[in-house]
Amino acid sequence: MDRWPSKWMDLPIGGVINIPGTSTWVKTGTWRSHRPVVDLDKCIKCLMCWVSCPDNSIIRLDDDYVDVDYTYCKGCGICANVCPTKAIDMIEEGGR
Amino acid sequence: MARQIRRLSEIPREELFVSGHGLCAGCGIPPMVKIALKAVDGPKVVVNATGCLEVATTLYPHTAWRVPWVHNAFENAAATASGIEAALKALRRKKNWKNYKIIVFGGDGGTFDIGLQSLSGALERGHKFIYVCYDNEAYMNTGIQRSGATPVGAATTTSPAGSVIPGKPENKKNLMDIVLAHRIPYAATINAAYPVDMWNKFAKASDYLEKGIGPIFFHYYSPCPVGWRMDSSLSIEISRLAVQTRLWLLYEVDHGKIKINVMVRKPKPIEEYLKLQGRFRHLLQPENSHIVERLKRYIENNWNRLLKLAELDSIY
Amino acid sequence: MSVTVRQVRTGLNGDEAVAYAVLHADVDVISAYPITPQTIIVERLSEFVYNGELDAEFIPVESEHSALSAALGASLAGARVFTATASQGLALMYEILYIVSSLRAPVVMALGNRAFSAPINIHCSHDDAYAARDAGWIQFFAETVQEAYDLTLIAFRVSEDERVLFPSIVNLDGFILTHSIEPLHVFSSKDDVSKFLPERDPVNAIDPDNPITYGPLALQNYYMEIKRQQAEALFNSKKIIDEVFDEYSEFSGRRYVPVKKLFVDDAETVFVLLGSTAGTMRHMVRKWRREGKKVGVVSLTLYRPFPEKEFVESVKDVENLVVMDRSFSYGSPGGQLYMDVSAALIRAGVSPRVLNVIYGLGGRDFTPDLAEKALEVATSTDVPLIWLGVRGD
Ligand SMILES: Cc1ncc(C[n+]2csc(CCOP(=O)(O)OP(=O)(O)O)c2C)c(N)n1
Ligand code: SF4
Ligand SMILES: [Mg+2]
Repeated sequence: MDRWPSKWMDLPIGGVINIPGTSTWVKTGTWRSHRPVVDLDKCIKCLMCWVSCPDNSIIRLDDDYVDVDYTYCKGCGICANVCPTKAIDMIEEGGR
Repeated sequence: MARQIRRLSEIPREELFVSGHGLCAGCGIPPMVKIALKAVDGPKVVVNATGCLEVATTLYPHTAWRVPWVHNAFENAAATASGIEAALKALRRKKNWKNYKIIVFGGDGGTFDIGLQSLSGALERGHKFIYVCYDNEAYMNTGIQRSGATPVGAATTTSPAGSVIPGKPENKKNLMDIVLAHRIPYAATINAAYPVDMWNKFAKASDYLEKGIGPIFFHYYSPCPVGWRMDSSLSIEISRLAVQTRLWLLYEVDHGKIKINVMVRKPKPIEEYLKLQGRFRHLLQPENSHIVERLKRYIENNWNRLLKLAELDSIY
Repeated sequence: MSVTVRQVRTGLNGDEAVAYAVLHADVDVISAYPITPQTIIVERLSEFVYNGELDAEFIPVESEHSALSAALGASLAGARVFTATASQGLALMYEILYIVSSLRAPVVMALGNRAFSAPINIHCSHDDAYAARDAGWIQFFAETVQEAYDLTLIAFRVSEDERVLFPSIVNLDGFILTHSIEPLHVFSSKDDVSKFLPERDPVNAIDPDNPITYGPLALQNYYMEIKRQQAEALFNSKKIIDEVFDEYSEFSGRRYVPVKKLFVDDAETVFVLLGSTAGTMRHMVRKWRREGKKVGVVSLTLYRPFPEKEFVESVKDVENLVVMDRSFSYGSPGGQLYMDVSAALIRAGVSPRVLNVIYGLGGRDFTPDLAEKALEVATSTDVPLIWLGVRGD
């Protein structure tokens, strides 16, 4: 929390958060027990995983193929479930 | 003009609702919020009722929002939005203020129950905003208590699957009917398994607001893996099943004219939907088959009623 | 400041006077729900808006809860916002009172002071004002219709000052002020008033180019710092209130101070009170002085933040203090003003004999006879608390 003032007189008034998007300081990837892995050979660029991901953890590449950003991925498995070609596998963290 | 799309690749990349929030893994709320913030184009502000979305996205000093975001209390999101809208009107007239669009998010508790009065007041007064009820069918933030949106038979912490009373005895309230009784210009149901449909409805709403047409109401089917006791990967699958069993009807009402967006010709058996969720597990016991029968009748009546209403030039 | 602005002498009741002040303040948004004895305010303002005299949005909300909720939204959006209520309406707003002050939204509210139910009663008590005393609002009490008008203008100026940014309540006694026609001076137009009260220049208003998160969740690690800051800021607003009082005094030719005193310098007994009863007491004190009785009266124009220093200064040498409460804090040692006063006296290390008088509930008349009675009890007994003029005592 060193990026946010600590003492009462230094906080923005009204209890507001005056910097947008500060939640990105919280790396929710630590929640994960399983991790999605994409097999690009099977990806048909439908982008269902990308629109459905609750944590913006599917990276949509310039060519509309996808990759995973593990910083925030909570491992919910929605991406693997929605993929019509089963291009995404959920793999246990730590395991291989 | 907000863009109507045909495929997901037409959706812009930039997110206004960012990562690091504390919504549960697999929560159904973000897929809707992300689309809402993008499809409603131009400057906008969000008003959020107390509930999971509010609590989990703004744990001080961490906010997931990159748009102005206002939380007042639980039951007054529509009233708060009324005030913002009225202020904007006055300030635009008197001081040439910049315009923006107002999007409200409220849970089913904050909309069907405690916030129904303030919503009704705001709809009656005709404030120009988009109100989205994300309906996860219970008070999730406080630990899965039943609401007026909880379906019959569902087990919650205040309607448990008891040996005498097996889950919620009452039917789900029909919120869309209540909203439509206010004769608002545009209302629709939305579902994350149908993101193109959802996008196009928000885009249309955005254009309406631009033309000074409102209020607009969306009823969003919002899966909750925790409260529904299902696997976190199933949120979108369950959303699709809800439509394909005709439990969740996807339609819009544009100036009184109903259009059914997904015609479900051969509905899947409701048991397929029920069996994936722990909150319904007890219904599959033989002694509770009458509740499933009741649910089936409800589904059938609802569907037939919608078909009939859709034949009218206007239900207003 | 030495602007000479024209004022008109007229006759209005307290509600109308407030409505005129709101008109002259050129508010942007009014969000209010009718309730006796505030209703005339809402009706007059509706007329001003519907007749085009006031360029504002009037939100005819479906409840007081929504009235204040919408007022908060409008205020955050940058508008000058007014609401008005009384009694049950204030009680229905209760949840949002704290949110408005915590988000530092400078909403101004007129409160036509009225008793809480049950039994339902439409007349004056200070239950509603006191119910808001801990909610972080600045609170003024009007003694006259003139003060109701002036304090409404003052409230906007104070609340919207960027060194303050707290909402204000202007209290006016139900019926006694809200419905009594009194002579007063009002300014002739909003343009004249704008020399004292320029248009609002909002701090941190909703702006898509500067996305702020208003009203987040804050838990154990920050809630207390946020509250500490708020408490300090409300205390500090006192300085600015003093400044604005001085400025308005010069602007209007009518003197405003947080603590009004009459004959307190050599007084042995001093009455302390809020609101319109000060008028009756002033009359009584003059009478007592003619009779050689050393009695004075202190009335608080500013109730929150509590003007502790001036108050203690004005009563530190008296023998008997009579604290008059038009309400009661059930289950506690006395009325609410009594408790503020007691705390202030303890902190200052002065200990006069203090009598708490509970009077006038539900609009019961406060008569000269009752004032005599209070003085007699205060100066001849050690009774700490009396309910004045109650049958059976
Ligand atoms: C006036 C009031 N009553 C009760 C609560 C407690 N409370 C907070 S959120 C909530 C339930 C929210 O349910 P819903 O609107 O369905 O949103 P969800 O949590 O499911 O997202 C309750 C009961 C409150 N904050 N305020
Ligand atoms: S409890 Fe349900 S609705 Fe709330 S954050 Fe978790 S998954 Fe989402
Ligand atoms: Mg809910």
